[in-house]
Amino acid sequence: MADIHAAEPTRRDFLYVATGAFAAIGAAAAVWPLIDQMNPDASVLAMASIELDIGSVPLGQEITVKWRGKPVFVRHRTEEEIKEADAVDITELRDPQTDDARLMKGPDGKLEKEWLILIGICTHLGCVPLAYKGEYDGYFCPCHGSVYDTSGRIRKGPAPLNLAVPPYEFLSATKIKIG
Amino acid sequence: MSGNSTYTPSNGFTRWMDSRLPIIRLGHDTAVSYPVPKNLNYWWTFGGILTFMLVVQIITGVVLAMHYVPTTALAFASVEHIMRDVNYGWVLRYTHANGASMFFVAVYIHMFRGLYYGSYKAPREILWILGCLIYLLMMATAFFGYVLPWGQMSFWGATVITNLFGAIPFVGQSVATWLWGGFAIGDPTLNRFFSLHYLFPFLIFGVVVLHIWALHVSGQNNPVGVEVKNKDQDTVPFTPYATVKDAFGLSVFLILFAYFVFFAPNSLGDVENYTIAHPLKTPLHIVPEWYLLPFYAILRAVPSKLGGVILMFGSIAVLFILPWLDTSKVRSARFRPLFKQIFWLHLAVCIALGWCGGMMPDHVLFSVGSIDFTVTYFARILSFYYFFHFLVLFPLLGLIERPKPVPESIAASVLGGRAAPAKA
Repeated sequence: MADIHAAEPTRRDFLYVATGAFAAIGAAAAVWPLIDQMNPDASVLAMASIELDIGSVPLGQEITVKWRGKPVFVRHRTEEEIKEADAVDITELRDPQTDDARLMKGPDGKLEKEWLILIGICTHLGCVPLAYKGEYDGYFCPCHGSVYDTSGRIRKGPAPLNLAVPPYEFLSATKIKIG
Repeated sequence: MSGNSTYTPSNGFTRWMDSRLPIIRLGHDTAVSYPVPKNLNYWWTFGGILTFMLVVQIITGVVLAMHYVPTTALAFASVEHIMRDVNYGWVLRYTHANGASMFFVAVYIHMFRGLYYGSYKAPREILWILGCLIYLLMMATAFFGYVLPWGQMSFWGATVITNLFGAIPFVGQSVATWLWGGFAIGDPTLNRFFSLHYLFPFLIFGVVVLHIWALHVSGQNNPVGVEVKNKDQDTVPFTPYATVKDAFGLSVFLILFAYFVFFAPNSLGDVENYTIAHPLKTPLHIVPEWYLLPFYAILRAVPSKLGGVILMFGSIAVLFILPWLDTSKVRSARFRPLFKQIFWLHLAVCIALGWCGGMMPDHVLFSVGSIDFTVTYFARILSFYYFFHFLVLFPLLGLIERPKPVPESIAASVLGGRAAPAKA
């Protein structure tokens, strides 16, 4: 081996680097299936959306349904709760969002102010908050004390974000499709 | 494992073996002729106790895995099946569950022993870091194991811990989904946690081998923290001296272990975990097992999600750099009057943090006027001290403290004035 480290790159240098690079790409390609197998599989992803009759939820009450393994809150809000949610100065919020931006339009094109649909998972560490608890009349998370208002917005405690709104639409005045 | 071997094969077979696979020599050098400081006290028996506990956990675990079913539909029932139907299933499961707690009792004593006597200092930095790594692996293993019975605490504990990763900026949610194999904790999560719970003890075993190897290179620290200067005067052979002392320490420890297994098998667990997991209903008060409570308290003390997660992992990460934070040249707290005081203060802070971790965060301890002093505020003060202790007091104390005179040698400290002068 006379002169591998010549100042001028040789053919051999090129072959070393090219072989090494090829082996590295090959190894990475072999590792990827081992990592990706842990991601949600086809059967999990295939879980369909759900349709829900909300006509049976009385005013001032809430039901919890399961969607993609997660709890979804369907809350029939009272006049008072809607007022409370509207009256908030959003510049004071940790995750500023108007109440209207968290609702959907009904089949008649009007915003359905009475219906609040939320993913019932605290944005702190994933516990299920308790409805009609806490000082803002919305939700209180028993794990670490996050408090949400009647629009599901974070008001107090360690959670960084508002309760998420799942993708949903009104099929009729009393029927929604989540997902 | 290292150093000069004193082993001489005594017969034809051992001579034949020795020139092919010197495994008898390895065993002899490691566990028979290995020199141990003659002044070791009973706090030094916990290394052996921990090795024993690792073996107990692996054996009972392998047996339990023969009866356990890792699916959300059957996990809870299969644990009850083990308790009621499987021959001696109850004693195997109670041994395994309480064994985890005993393992942590022993590891905490072992770690605080190391802190008190300065066992993390040069030349034992790698030994200490390997120990921290074992501790980290133990916590991961215990967490995976606690999820398996699929009770309420299993489910919600797993939810809280896996959501910690959701705090990572940008990729957090993808990482959480990847860990779950779905959009919430479910069947894929339970199955992979079972697989990892089976794997991790063997990783621990591997690191334990490295830990013991490193120990046998630098030699053991001892209560006076003075290195061995003269092998004949300062040390005794591992067998019989350390072997018998370890065996006695282990026997006493096993009495405590047996008390929990046979008389109070559920006293360290949470009753909530005898309720099957319900994904839509969070228990009112989620608490981890007792050995993780101090870290849980730090997590909850910070009013920011990412900040809490960083401080919680930071409280363990700081242990890894301890050898370089301590500026004192004296190892043992026996000769460090100020360090001795902050050692006990720190121990008290860790216990108090553990207490905070088990309480409701907004529980009011006392009120001054209209201001309520809650558990959260108390945990904040304690968390602050935890980091202040390692990051400020450790470097500072070495500079301002005047240590007491350190004995000339181990032999001199044991024999007082009667020691013959060491011939180095």
